[in-house]
Amino acid sequence: MKPDPPTNTAAPARFLDYDKSLACIHCGLCLSSCPTYLETGNENDSPRGRIYLMRAVQDGRLALGQTAVRHVDLCLGCRACEAVCPSGVQYGELLESTRDHIERHHERSPWQQFLRRWLIEKVFPYPERMDLALMPARWVKQFGMERLLPTFARDALSLIPDETTSAPLPAMVKAGGESRGRVGFVSGCVMSVMFAETNASTMRLIHRAGFDVVTPPGQGCCGALFAHGGNLEEARAAARRNIAVFEQAQVDTIVINAAGCGSMLKEYGHLLRDDPAWAERARRFSSKVRDLTEWLAAVGEPIVRGTNCSAKVTYHDACHLAHAQPIEKAPRTLVRAVAGETFVELPESNVCCGSAGSYNLTEPEMAARLQQRKTDNILKTGAKTVVTTNPGCLLQMRAGLKKSGAHDVEVVHIADYLDREARRANDD
Amino acid sequence: MTPPHETAVITPAMVAALCAIVGTDGVIAGDDELLVYECDAYTLEKHLPGVVVLPRSTEEVAAVVKLCAEHHLPIIPRGAGTSLSGTVLAVTGGVMIALTRMNRVLEVDYRNRRALVEAGCVNAWVTNAVKSQGLFYAPDPSSQSACTIGGNVGTNSGGPHTLKYGVTTNHVLGYEMVLPDGEVVWLGTTPDGGEDVDGYDLRGAAIGSEGMFGVVTRVLVRLIRAPQAFKTLLGVFETVDDASQAVSDIIGAGIVPGALEMMDQLITQAVEAAYHFGFPLDAGAVLIIELDGLAASLDKQAAQVVEICRKNRARDVRIAKDDQERAELWKCRKRAFGAIGRLSPNFITQDGVVPRSKLPEMMRFIQRCSEEYGLRIPNVFHAGDGNLHPLILYDERDPDQVRRALAVSDDI
Repeated sequence: MKPDPPTNTAAPARFLDYDKSLACIHCGLCLSSCPTYLETGNENDSPRGRIYLMRAVQDGRLALGQTAVRHVDLCLGCRACEAVCPSGVQYGELLESTRDHIERHHERSPWQQFLRRWLIEKVFPYPERMDLALMPARWVKQFGMERLLPTFARDALSLIPDETTSAPLPAMVKAGGESRGRVGFVSGCVMSVMFAETNASTMRLIHRAGFDVVTPPGQGCCGALFAHGGNLEEARAAARRNIAVFEQAQVDTIVINAAGCGSMLKEYGHLLRDDPAWAERARRFSSKVRDLTEWLAAVGEPIVRGTNCSAKVTYHDACHLAHAQPIEKAPRTLVRAVAGETFVELPESNVCCGSAGSYNLTEPEMAARLQQRKTDNILKTGAKTVVTTNPGCLLQMRAGLKKSGAHDVEVVHIADYLDREARRANDD
Repeated sequence: MTPPHETAVITPAMVAALCAIVGTDGVIAGDDELLVYECDAYTLEKHLPGVVVLPRSTEEVAAVVKLCAEHHLPIIPRGAGTSLSGTVLAVTGGVMIALTRMNRVLEVDYRNRRALVEAGCVNAWVTNAVKSQGLFYAPDPSSQSACTIGGNVGTNSGGPHTLKYGVTTNHVLGYEMVLPDGEVVWLGTTPDGGEDVDGYDLRGAAIGSEGMFGVVTRVLVRLIRAPQAFKTLLGVFETVDDASQAVSDIIGAGIVPGALEMMDQLITQAVEAAYHFGFPLDAGAVLIIELDGLAASLDKQAAQVVEICRKNRARDVRIAKDDQERAELWKCRKRAFGAIGRLSPNFITQDGVVPRSKLPEMMRFIQRCSEEYGLRIPNVFHAGDGNLHPLILYDERDPDQVRRALAVSDDI
């Protein structure tokens, strides 16, 4: 219960954009939007509390000790607070600066070091490495050896889908008739290894809408895994690479089907704002980025309306789509167009499922609590299909439903859902 | 025993005893974690509590209170900490009891139109739980998306719709309270009882008493039927005087709007920057006038209101075209205080009521104060019931501004 021995007593060098942190006037309207606060009821685990802690560390009122780091670590980075903040506090940016500061000045346990610096930063962002890393996990699952593992490892394993598809995408697909434009597709790292089928669905949807699709081969991780883990330098390097690759591809629009990556791509302009050689190029890149759903809704998705399926369908808001971008209407419009009367709203649809990028690896306990909360809410609706827009949410909700024995509820990516229903309609 | 005005000492033994009641994860005792509990939305004064506990049940609250009574320690009940009046400041330290883990809607009795909720339940969650049945919980403080029912009881909260529907005390049928010695009592109507209570009517005792008489743990609230229809108008005026006169005339004509709110130029500009609703940036004041009731009655009333506004030289009167525009208009109003962050890092507000007829005079006085002390004072308030909220803007990093903010606050 004693406060930590101070590890850093003097006020540290400026790491927070102080004026941005002052935009928080402590009104507290963010509290009930915060998933971790909903779970713990502790003001330290709320957005207002965390900003207070960040400011206290910056002012030298509080040492950067275990406690402050604990509460910042526990933040999902879901940015639900930003969506409801009347003062327009850019919480995501404050969080990233603070995390960057923590990683530079705070000593972590060897296990957390391994997770953060190796697994999350050196494996996940690289599809080939990820594919290799998944091999032993697949064997363990195949031979049913999970029960030999400790709980946290079992939880992590439960997220890996039983069947993953990975297949290279064609670099270019021409539109059928006259082309309506040239779209660049970001294939993503997790998406391309675990969800190649979803990428294929996405390309079919873009193609069906009458556009040429280019998937430039040199692209890499969007940088989100680095930025969220507090490694802004690596994130900038990732951004520069992608900007150069997509400039070469000469596309009108850049479409992405993973909400987490999409919000990062849209922030390149901010990420590289202080780099004179790249600031303008980054801004231009970001202005072309569209989430698949916002793009489809804007170009007029030619999917046949209505299905003859009577099972209920619901929609889960991926945090990085609903809060960070913020896009809530477009995906609902698309799903409703297909599901019609069978669409039901999901209670707390905008409360994070606990996946939050690599959060379920670094904070397994809170991730599991939020997973359970999400599962309970899904089961309340009676829906048999849950549609969402982000790979992390897909894995997390599937694992949660499986744990609860709800084997008849499917969780599908919106691209797969729309593509499947369109093909079904064409078959009829 | 701790003498008054001296900070209470929380011993390690006391912390251990509290842990035994609510569990270690329900006790916050390190200085570095207590920091965030040193103030609520009123940030001008700060006091660190000695310890914060997060109980999960009435029994735990009662045990904590009993322990504090035995050791003569001050207790401070706290909800979400959205109050602007510093009601949850731990002025002499002590044990802060945060009810944020007791946040459930326990029962809804649709036939009798009442709901039993825990004190830490967020105000807006009550309406969310019952709106599918055409009911709602009427008191709607601007912080309703975050503030708790327990806090509403403690401060007898009002809101924009107070004009027609009344404040918290008009919607609380009864409540469970832990008295300062740890005894648990129920005051007012019980969840299974009739609305009239025999014996003394003590229901009013704790409502608006800022937690002085005990810790409210469960509340039986009244639910009312949602109006069949709404008509929400936006009146744009050149001056605050004209807008104030229109307010008096609307009430004088015998119309009781659901809400009648005013925003002056400065706050309108901040709100527009935040939400891009389409407010005119050069208007002296805008009025939000909401009529509700039977659909058939609203057109005539709306026409009457438009005429009164025009008579008071309104530049423009717009009617929200659909539910979405109405919701957006209210979002702007309800989050106006928060939008202050776009104008200034800190503010303090006063919450006073004057007779409606004195509104123009009072608004001119506030304007003079603003000039005299050199501080900006935007106004957004419940004009219909003459309830003013002058927002005094300052920067806490400048001691002179803090001094002037306090002085002008006193004058007002």
